[in-house]
Amino acid sequence: MIIKVLGPGCTNCKNLERVTKDAIAELGLDATIEKVEDYGQIMGYGVMSTPALVIDEKVVVSGRVPQPSELRDLLTSASPN
Amino acid sequence: MSLLVDHVPTTRRGQVWGLVGAAMAWVGLYLLNEHVWDWVLYGALGLHPLSRATETIHFFLYDTAKIALLLVGIIFIVTVLRSFMSVERTRALLGGKREGVGNVMAAGLGVITPFCSCSAVPAFIGFVAAGVPLGVTMSFLIASPLVNEIAIGMLLTLFGWKVTAIYVVAGLTVAIVAGWILGRVKAERWVEPFVFETTLGGQSIDPAAGLTMEQRIQMGIEEAATILRKIWPYLLVGIGLGAVIHGWVPTDFFTTYAGPGSTFGVLIAVAIGIPLYSNAAGIMPMVQALYEKGLPMGTLLAFMMAVVALSLPEMILLRRVLKPQLLALFIAVVGSGIIAIGYLFNFILA
Repeated sequence: MIIKVLGPGCTNCKNLERVTKDAIAELGLDATIEKVEDYGQIMGYGVMSTPALVIDEKVVVSGRVPQPSELRDLLTSASPN
Repeated sequence: MSLLVDHVPTTRRGQVWGLVGAAMAWVGLYLLNEHVWDWVLYGALGLHPLSRATETIHFFLYDTAKIALLLVGIIFIVTVLRSFMSVERTRALLGGKREGVGNVMAAGLGVITPFCSCSAVPAFIGFVAAGVPLGVTMSFLIASPLVNEIAIGMLLTLFGWKVTAIYVVAGLTVAIVAGWILGRVKAERWVEPFVFETTLGGQSIDPAAGLTMEQRIQMGIEEAATILRKIWPYLLVGIGLGAVIHGWVPTDFFTTYAGPGSTFGVLIAVAIGIPLYSNAAGIMPMVQALYEKGLPMGTLLAFMMAVVALSLPEMILLRRVLKPQLLALFIAVVGSGIIAIGYLFNFILA
């Protein structure tokens, strides 16, 4: 799966990237993380509140950093296997 | 802190007891604060209470603990309340509003909408691309940092409701009038063209929707931790300067140069405030110390507003969407508004 972290590089954007990496490692998922900092691309997802998390082109979280448990649930339910 | 966050109870009853316990601990610490430092410095360490140096140290320790406690409490409450609002909801409310009414609404919503300056550019594009008038969008972007809920909470506890009301009304007025002026001068030609070419795609998610109370409480705890982690150096410098001013600067020093009758006091305060980058919480200890030394409230409010509303990092962010002409106009209009407020309130409160 392809995971994108949308955000211009603020504290919470870095936090979201960190907890997402942790969750992927913990779940042993086969996923790539991309950082999207370009405003045009961020707006392309309709996101006004950063940071946002996109899993396989679908926005799942916007404007906050979810708890590790919530993040694991989101990743598991989006995972194909 | 992360340990604490992971242990927010999940049952309704557990949450209520957790909150009651935390509130009681908070009140206890707040009430004991001064006595603890009295005991540590004058009792355990045997320092002389009337010496200027120990008094300054006492003020520093007491004020650090007090401001930290106030911040944690205020940020937590504000974040939980604000989690019911979002930029997405604000945009929906502002859509189709004309200038005038739109400016007033945008300024008001700017106060209560959770918003970090790093989201200024996406929010700007999102508003303008969705058809919210430019001046109305600017009212929102000006009010958001200028009238800050954390500053409201701090002013209320440190200076009382009168100063707080003045701060809120003055800040809203600047945001409404400045946004209205920027809308009148057809400033659209000074917005970077890519803003109008951006198409809003995807399905936007409303961050305020579908959160459990547990999640909102967690957000409050995390926000308090994040802000304290970010601003503690500013806070310590501010409180340190406040303590030095409190202990060492003679009372007539500031009043001679920037007292109520001073012609240039407000101008100097704004000129010093613009390059300073801090947030409202970080400079509050200094404002308090300067107020004790006789600086008039209008000058101090102008200083505070210049620090929070006009900062270099924010200008660099806004430069991405605004051409230099509009950015300069933005600084000029907001700056003049702040200066006018400073003089007005020095005059009214004198």
